[in-house]
Amino acid sequence: MTDELQARDKMTVEAEGEQTKAGPVFVPAVDIYESEEALTLVADMPGVNKENLTIDLKENTLTIKGGVPPSEDLGKVLYREYEEGDYYRQFTLSELIDQGGITAALKDGVLTLSLPKIKPAQPRRIEITS
Amino acid sequence: MTILRWTPRQLAMRAPWRELDRMRRHMEGMYDALSQGVETVRHGGAGVYPLLNLCEDTDNLYLTAELPGIAPADLELSVHGESVTLRGERKIPDADKSVNYHRREREAGIFRRVVSLPVRVDQDAAKASFKDGVLKVILPKAAEAKARQINIQAE
Repeated sequence: MTDELQARDKMTVEAEGEQTKAGPVFVPAVDIYESEEALTLVADMPGVNKENLTIDLKENTLTIKGGVPPSEDLGKVLYREYEEGDYYRQFTLSELIDQGGITAALKDGVLTLSLPKIKPAQPRRIEITS
Repeated sequence: MTILRWTPRQLAMRAPWRELDRMRRHMEGMYDALSQGVETVRHGGAGVYPLLNLCEDTDNLYLTAELPGIAPADLELSVHGESVTLRGERKIPDADKSVNYHRREREAGIFRRVVSLPVRVDQDAAKASFKDGVLKVILPKAAEAKARQINIQAE
């Protein structure tokens, strides 16, 4: 893959209810893929660390929230091409997820979330003893 | 609100340019006061990945960029006098062939961007750090670019 990356502005969350904290909230770019056993979600959240990340699964709604601590003051801004802000995104899952088996990893600003599916009940053959 | 000093008309007419100059300075002062705290974002930047923020204080320039998912080993940074070159590659490991995608918004690819700096920097003293997908480069200003403070000696 030698495509050149394109500069893109971060997408802000369309206001759904008021935020208590001032500043923009962004929608992280995600990849979601599904295998037989699990659903995997990969999200770009630069600036988010482990302490400021919350992942919440309620019924079939998955919510990802990433807080970006305000950056230190670096003096006079000469130019600003991107803004810093929190991340927020919500998904509705159609599969049943094994809540106990969810694993999350955060590395270099990328969250990888693995959501194992609940295995469908296996048909069981019942032996009949005479 | 600034209150302009009232000047007798005669005096003002004697030095009209000086008076205009004074007005201009007042207007600039007002404009600066109004625009303070309002930061404008250059959307899309220069159209080249990655988007950058550049700040300065008296001693350093600070360049920051969001580069999620890029391993520091895949990032190449070089400083040369008044410019910084940032090259690298964002790799997204291909998932297993058996998977099906629901969403694919993240992109992979190479990037190369050169940034012109407003002043010369000390290239040997430049430092860079990478944390949580955010790159921060500290570029100390070259000695000749720093504002020199002159001590006034009492006689």
